[in-house]
Amino acid sequence: MADQPTPLERFIRGILPENPVYRQLLGLCPTLAVTNSMKAAITMAAAVAFVLVCANTVTSLIRNLLKPHLRIVVFTLTIATFVTIADRLLAAYMYQMSKTLGPYIPLIIVNCLIICRCEVCASKQPVFTAISDAAGQSLGYGLALASVAGVREILGTGMFFGFRVLPATWPDWAVMVLPPGAFITLGLLLGAVNWYSGRGAK
Amino acid sequence: MEDAAPAVHVSPSPHIGSTSNSTRRMMIDVLIALTPAVAMAIYMFRVYALIHLGLCVATCLAAEYLFVRMRGKSISLNDFSAAVTGVILALSMPATAPWYASVIASAVAIGLGKIIFGGLGMNIFNPAMVGRAFVMISFAGAMGAAAYESGAGWVDAISQATPMNALKQSGTWTPIGDMFLGFTNGSLGETSALACLLGGLYLCYRRTASWEIPAGMIATVLVIAGIVDLVGGHGGRLILHHLFGGALLFGAFFIATDPVSSPLTPRGKAIFGIGIGALVMLLRFLSGYPEGVMFAVLLMNAVTPLINRWTIPRTFGEF
Repeated sequence: MADQPTPLERFIRGILPENPVYRQLLGLCPTLAVTNSMKAAITMAAAVAFVLVCANTVTSLIRNLLKPHLRIVVFTLTIATFVTIADRLLAAYMYQMSKTLGPYIPLIIVNCLIICRCEVCASKQPVFTAISDAAGQSLGYGLALASVAGVREILGTGMFFGFRVLPATWPDWAVMVLPPGAFITLGLLLGAVNWYSGRGAK
Repeated sequence: MEDAAPAVHVSPSPHIGSTSNSTRRMMIDVLIALTPAVAMAIYMFRVYALIHLGLCVATCLAAEYLFVRMRGKSISLNDFSAAVTGVILALSMPATAPWYASVIASAVAIGLGKIIFGGLGMNIFNPAMVGRAFVMISFAGAMGAAAYESGAGWVDAISQATPMNALKQSGTWTPIGDMFLGFTNGSLGETSALACLLGGLYLCYRRTASWEIPAGMIATVLVIAGIVDLVGGHGGRLILHHLFGGALLFGAFFIATDPVSSPLTPRGKAIFGIGIGALVMLLRFLSGYPEGVMFAVLLMNAVTPLINRWTIPRTFGEF
């Protein structure tokens, strides 16, 4: 097992080299849907991080009990448990944000990023490795959401986290807050990340 | 070791090329055909037209240069395609549009509309309309139907509502003669039906534009407007209003005929034109917008590959 990455390497890989959004193109639905403001994007990223770390931990703890043909069902039930917790917590303590995010918090259940990490890492690795992997992936996911949301919120409203960063005369690019802006921003940022990584490889 | 035999390369037919059919010649044709509309825009909107034309053409050329350089391709400014996009985009802007709208629309038209798909010949959507849609949605307050009208302008034309909006909002008819000649408010190049017809017929005569597209589009508009006219008892006035009003003729001859984003076969082109005409009338009658040429063209651009597949000509002997 000499070629296995260490927990620290797994953590770092999640940030850019194996970034869930920019490298694996996983979990794009929330990336497109809730990134019209930084607050919503960060809340979403935090919810995903909570679910991912908890699901990875539990999956890793029960990895020796898993039957191969039932593992996906077990993963899904584990994830669904933590998504329900996250959903109810948001509804209880951040009611407005819970309304804003709407169905996208329950939809974390079907976020392929989480089931992917359960399958490729947590179901085969000890707990500490699984947690560091989940933390790295969550951080990468959060950074990706924040980058898309930052561009969209600044161009679309002239604000960042609700604070005005561009002069009040800034003409709001309404299209950036609307769904097409998500596709345009994500596409351009993907291209930029590819260009940046490709440049380093040469 | 003997010498290699001399190689003779024979490529498949056609062996006779025509240099008169180049992209550059087509684009110059379009620029010539746009002259009446440009002249009418400058006559009607004076400095507004000059500002938008200058900004759009300059930004389109700069964006083409910049983005093509970024892709590492050879610079293609001298085929005039970016200049044509700039002129068409400028002529589709309202006179009252803010300066940054023209700049952003041009950069988006070339960057997102054209170069990102691989440059000229690869774009799915009409670049000028991509740019216009981007700023129309972004700056709805400064670019929407109501914003065409401004009491504070330097020319008289923009103090009145556009003919399409006047009829839709308040039921006011604009004299058909004014709409035909172009003494109305509207996007810079669309006001004069006569100027668009002159340029458009020249394009069709030179076969730079395919006549099937404008013919299908105008015929469909005439039929649908005719039915509504008969039902409403307008005595033919509504037909002429929809024919000469808005961007119908400008769109039919200069926007929908973009050879890159329209179908390849004559039958496909006719279907394409009919589709745009039907969508234009749908948007004019049933949407919140008074005009729908831009969205109609973009929607039909999206189904162009499908139309191409439907209308593959049958080879001889095939059943």
